[in-house]
Amino acid sequence: MEITTVGLNYLNNGYGLKSWLLTKDHKRIAILYLLSITGFFFLGGFFALLIRLELLTPAADMVQPDTYNKLFTMHGIVMVFFFLIPSIPATLGNFLLPIMVGAKDLAFPRINLLSWYIYVLGGAFTVVAAATGGVDTGWTFYAPYSTSASNSHVITAGLGIFITGFSSILTGLNFIVTTHRMRAPGLTWFRLPLFVWSMYATSLIMILGTPVIAITVLLVAVERGLHLGIFDPALGGDPILFQHLFWFYSHPAVYIMILPAMGVISEIVQAFTRKNIFGYAFVAFSSLAIAIVGFLVWGHHLFVAGQSTYAGLIFSILSFFVAIPSAVKVFNWTATIYKGAVSWDSPMLYAFGFIGLFTIGGLTGLFLATMGLDIHVHDTYFIIAHFHYVMVGGAIMGYLGGLHYWWPKITGRMYPEGWAKFAALTVFIGFNLTFFPQFIVGYLGMPRRYAMYAPEFQVYNVLSTAGATVLGAGYVIPMIYFIWSLKNAPLAGNDPWGARGLEWEIPSPPPTENFVVSPIVTEGTHQYAPSREVGIGH
Amino acid sequence: MSGHVAPKTMYYAVFLALLAGTGLTVAAAFFDMGAMNNVVMLAIASIKALLVILFFMHVRWSTRLTWVVVASGFFWLLIMFGLTMTDYFSRGWVEGTWR
Repeated sequence: MEITTVGLNYLNNGYGLKSWLLTKDHKRIAILYLLSITGFFFLGGFFALLIRLELLTPAADMVQPDTYNKLFTMHGIVMVFFFLIPSIPATLGNFLLPIMVGAKDLAFPRINLLSWYIYVLGGAFTVVAAATGGVDTGWTFYAPYSTSASNSHVITAGLGIFITGFSSILTGLNFIVTTHRMRAPGLTWFRLPLFVWSMYATSLIMILGTPVIAITVLLVAVERGLHLGIFDPALGGDPILFQHLFWFYSHPAVYIMILPAMGVISEIVQAFTRKNIFGYAFVAFSSLAIAIVGFLVWGHHLFVAGQSTYAGLIFSILSFFVAIPSAVKVFNWTATIYKGAVSWDSPMLYAFGFIGLFTIGGLTGLFLATMGLDIHVHDTYFIIAHFHYVMVGGAIMGYLGGLHYWWPKITGRMYPEGWAKFAALTVFIGFNLTFFPQFIVGYLGMPRRYAMYAPEFQVYNVLSTAGATVLGAGYVIPMIYFIWSLKNAPLAGNDPWGARGLEWEIPSPPPTENFVVSPIVTEGTHQYAPSREVGIGH
Repeated sequence: MSGHVAPKTMYYAVFLALLAGTGLTVAAAFFDMGAMNNVVMLAIASIKALLVILFFMHVRWSTRLTWVVVASGFFWLLIMFGLTMTDYFSRGWVEGTWR
């Protein structure tokens, strides 16, 4: 393999702080996001660590229940709004989308930089809220906790989410316009990498959903500050209206987290099986279907909240529908792997982990869409386990898989593959040890959001805390070898995996303008053996 | 993005229409129209929003793709209202449920 030397590229094109903070290069902005979200990931992880330590024993002996409320609230806010939602789109998406469509940058580079500054400003509000005493409403900000019962920093944290929402909207706008307007000659929609399709679908949710959460948080602030009756029945409002508005965004937000990870997995599975995807159009359109149907299911969060039974029935049925496009993806990845030349590199290990864990997370979602069963497990640890299987087992596995797959492209360096495999295995084991016991203890009746619990649940909690320790180690190891690799690892060359796609045709790290000459595209990505898929189908 | 240059008079006309709408909203607040109160207020607000979108935001002269984007925003609003209303309209249907 020809290893090209590191020439002039986006990393060595200016070293001063100003060259980074005022950059309009999508790749540098991706790095700025990478650093910021990693900071928030470890902050959220710190809160998780404290939660798990507290739950090691049935009594509230490490922190008081009030403090515990703040810990799980801050864990949720930080992880959802400041890590998971921007994670793949703002880092890998920002870095790769223009390259994958054959463009020199996103459609609006200045707006791209603005979105990072907005994100940082929103994050600052949240950090201030945490540092000055935190919030204790849960990340869901349910009324009347948030509107009248809580004395914590609801408005400050809410403002942080409100502001950060704009960053999300601007990123989505940039991605959609770029995909529509800046594709290279010959790059038709059905030649686009599936990662681009998933970014496009994610962007639709960002643009259509985010304004609603912004307004909802604003309404909480209005009711809290001005006592206008929106959610308080005594003032003519309705607390369930909050839940409708909140989940109209926040359920699709789960798809903002998982769709990009699905896009990453589609790329990895093709590259490491040396096959183009089985059923390209189905996988592409299933991303759009998830984005659209995902907006019709929010009421399954309200089955026991006072929502009418008939509305519950409708939302229950609609929730089952969203499983179809998700299953299409899982089946098509499996069919792609079938008889593929599978190589067991670390990105592929994460992809395998994703497929298994997301399947468990998705299938338990069907349990929760069933009204009768949901009444039994609502607000128990079963819910916690379910959504962590999707958000951590799914989204973070996808994020880590993508980071490993494209790290050589981003930095121009490889990483120690042995350690990477060890970390992938550690994450997988630690994750399951943390969250599988929570399915059981939840089904047995342990409620979420309490610092204390019945002594018979302790064994599951000890397992969970032990698992969280392993999982934490699994996250720290990649950070260490990634940092180490920046100076010490061997050069990667243009295409260390032998994968196909525009991003693998340019140098690693890419030059500032990505392509010296605009590429002309004549086929889709991952065309390893075009006739092979036809052979399987017949 | 549209290259259309609208005459200044159009902007003044739309501005006056928006002011008139605001005046109408204030005036309507002095009449109790019962259940129609909200309907009238929202209708005036919707017309004002439409004027802003069509003329101030130049959507009237934009491409079909822009129309699709704008229309999808409203369609999504309808989804939000529509499915939320399935809850509010059917709360009393089953005897004994919370209403």
